[in-house]
Amino acid sequence: MTDAPAITVTGLTKRYGGRAVVDHFDLQVPRGAIYGFLGPNGSGKTTTIRMMCGLLTPDAGKGSCLGFDILTEQARIKERVGYMTQKFSLYEDLTIRENLDFIARMFGVRDRRNRVRAALDDLGLADRATQYAGTLSGGWKQRLALAACMIHDPELLLLDEPTAGVDPKARRDFWDEIRKLSARGVTVLVSTHYMDEAIQCDFIAYIAYGKKLISGVAREIPEMIGLYTYRVTGNDISALEARLRQEEAVAQVARFGAVLHVSGTDKAALDALAARYGKDGSHRWERKEAELEEAFIYLMGGAADNFAGAAS
Amino acid sequence: MRLRFSLGRFLAVLSKEFVQMRRDRVTFVMMIGVPIMQLLIFGYAIDSDPRHLPTLVEMGDEGPITRSILAEMETSSYFDFQGVVTGPAAGDRVLRDGTANFVVVIPPDFERDILRGLSPDILLAADASDPTAVGGAAGAMTAIVNNAIAASMTGPLAASTAGPAPFGVVVHRAYNPEGDTSINIVPGLLGVILSMTMVMITAVAIVRERERGTMETLIATPVRPLEVMTGKIAPYVLVGYVQTLVFILAARLLFGVPFTGSTLAFFVGFNLYIVVNLSLGFLISTVARSQMQAMQISFFTLLPTILLSGFMFPFAAMPGWAQAIGTVIPATHFLRLIRKVMLKGAGLADITGNLTAIALILLVVVAVAIRRYRQTLD
Ligand SMILES: Nc1ncnc2c1ncn2[C@@H]1O[C@H](COP(=O)(O)OP(=O)(O)OP(=O)(O)O)[C@@H](O)[C@H]1O
Ligand SMILES: [Mg+2]
Repeated sequence: MTDAPAITVTGLTKRYGGRAVVDHFDLQVPRGAIYGFLGPNGSGKTTTIRMMCGLLTPDAGKGSCLGFDILTEQARIKERVGYMTQKFSLYEDLTIRENLDFIARMFGVRDRRNRVRAALDDLGLADRATQYAGTLSGGWKQRLALAACMIHDPELLLLDEPTAGVDPKARRDFWDEIRKLSARGVTVLVSTHYMDEAIQCDFIAYIAYGKKLISGVAREIPEMIGLYTYRVTGNDISALEARLRQEEAVAQVARFGAVLHVSGTDKAALDALAARYGKDGSHRWERKEAELEEAFIYLMGGAADNFAGAAS
Repeated sequence: MRLRFSLGRFLAVLSKEFVQMRRDRVTFVMMIGVPIMQLLIFGYAIDSDPRHLPTLVEMGDEGPITRSILAEMETSSYFDFQGVVTGPAAGDRVLRDGTANFVVVIPPDFERDILRGLSPDILLAADASDPTAVGGAAGAMTAIVNNAIAASMTGPLAASTAGPAPFGVVVHRAYNPEGDTSINIVPGLLGVILSMTMVMITAVAIVRERERGTMETLIATPVRPLEVMTGKIAPYVLVGYVQTLVFILAARLLFGVPFTGSTLAFFVGFNLYIVVNLSLGFLISTVARSQMQAMQISFFTLLPTILLSGFMFPFAAMPGWAQAIGTVIPATHFLRLIRKVMLKGAGLADITGNLTAIALILLVVVAVAIRRYRQTLD
């Protein structure tokens, strides 16, 4: 049972007005995994997730979700999946309790009353249960939506930017909860723009302009890209940054406060460059492991070029 | 298996819809307020002077004077002769089912009686349940008669024109003896009010889910299209009941409109009519992208309902193309039905034709709506 992947899709394609916003997308999500789904705005994450749970019909491609065909067995999939939309889409003119209760009824949840009360307690909203959902703050709306999509104990969670606008404490709680669910065998596919969330995932897929650029075990991603990085500290970082950008060997310079991360794909050339710049002693050059963050900034730059090439 | 209908989910959608309806105060007030306003406006303000009304003749006699009178009636452009009827029973029937607005009865020995100076009467039987149709025409009769006398009373007959009129006209107004406009327009108004509110409310209620994005959450659950459709429509059937009740009371108290027919016929008729309008609203919701569009399209369907259904202008007097359009509008059939039931004392057996017509329209609308309804976001 745990051997079969929770999600398998191949060649998934969706076109809007002739433009392929998701283009031959392949993905395998193992059961019980936390799978991070990353990509810049408009890259097709939401569209892909919608196709996986039967909310959109793909123009091409096929796949299965929890063993059910995404093209013909959407009804079965929906019963077992918890989908949290990117935009808040519960009823603003219903109260918090009414919303949870309605969703629970849609899924035919057993012992509904207690389940809803438990969800309210977990949320810490028990004393505000009769407040209209529309009057909640942005972060609280997200948390309510999350509670709603988990009320029927789904086997698979599809979460579209669940923590957008959520404060750090609540985000930590959220990820604790996700890990607990994952340990119990629930599969989680979560899209996010936050790097600190990406590193919490077991697997990561990166999509840009509708095409999947890379996917695999999270910590292997930088290595897969083949990125080497130096950490540079010292005086007058800004001037150095400008000069480094002109260098052939440097694929990317990312600035974090007073620190520069200088990356390139050609190890020998980068080492030579580090030796040359390090000589004058005004900056400290240290080798470091390339991290996901650099990897993704690098990917984003590359994807733009790809797309420009494809468009011309 | 996949088409299994879940009562639980249906009831959940239904009660959610009720709660939302109750909280949307403005719409709620509109649903009750608009019918009353319309009742007052249309009931008190509308009048018109239609022509070319279908007329049949019962020829008890024939001769130059008769021909002259009929020719004069035709010239007046109020009457449009479409044939003859034989006997009073046939005359009553055509008036009752609305084939003709008038039956002109020329009594036997009419010509001879004139010559003998007996001053016989022509009977103009009118279906006065639509007084706007009848009023102008009946009023024009005096002039028509005078012209006919002038034209035909020549030669040896001229002498008799000097004395009292050689013959008279008796207008018999069936179904609405006082010719009270509101009596006819008020039952028809129920058709217009129900159509307007039912279509618009359902269309908007469904499009609202899509516009606010809640549709995405809704269809990500296992809920089936039929459960959504019925669950969202059912609460508005009740609204239709409330409107009808308000309407019947107002019609009785304000305009003294009688209710002469069968309650069962009325009940069956207005239920079917409510359902057909709700389905139409559902159909519109599959086309419209925003609540604004839903409203505009609903409003657009209201125009033919008012203008081509026989509500504003007598159906029989409309040109062929307008009648063709009118025939596919549910309101046309409901109007005939409701006038028959409220004013002409009809029972269930008398309205089966109208019910069948509405049911056919319902069938087509539902078929198209279900085909168009998508359980995805495409
Ligand atoms: N219904 C639609 N009609 C036309 N274009 C659409 C539609 N839905 C999405 N798109 C386009 O598809 C592309 C991908 O959109 P999608 O919402 O999947 O991106 P995303 O990766 O979720 O972005 P974000 O990070 O901003 O949420 C975008 O360019 C968007 O404009
Ligand atoms: Mg998105």
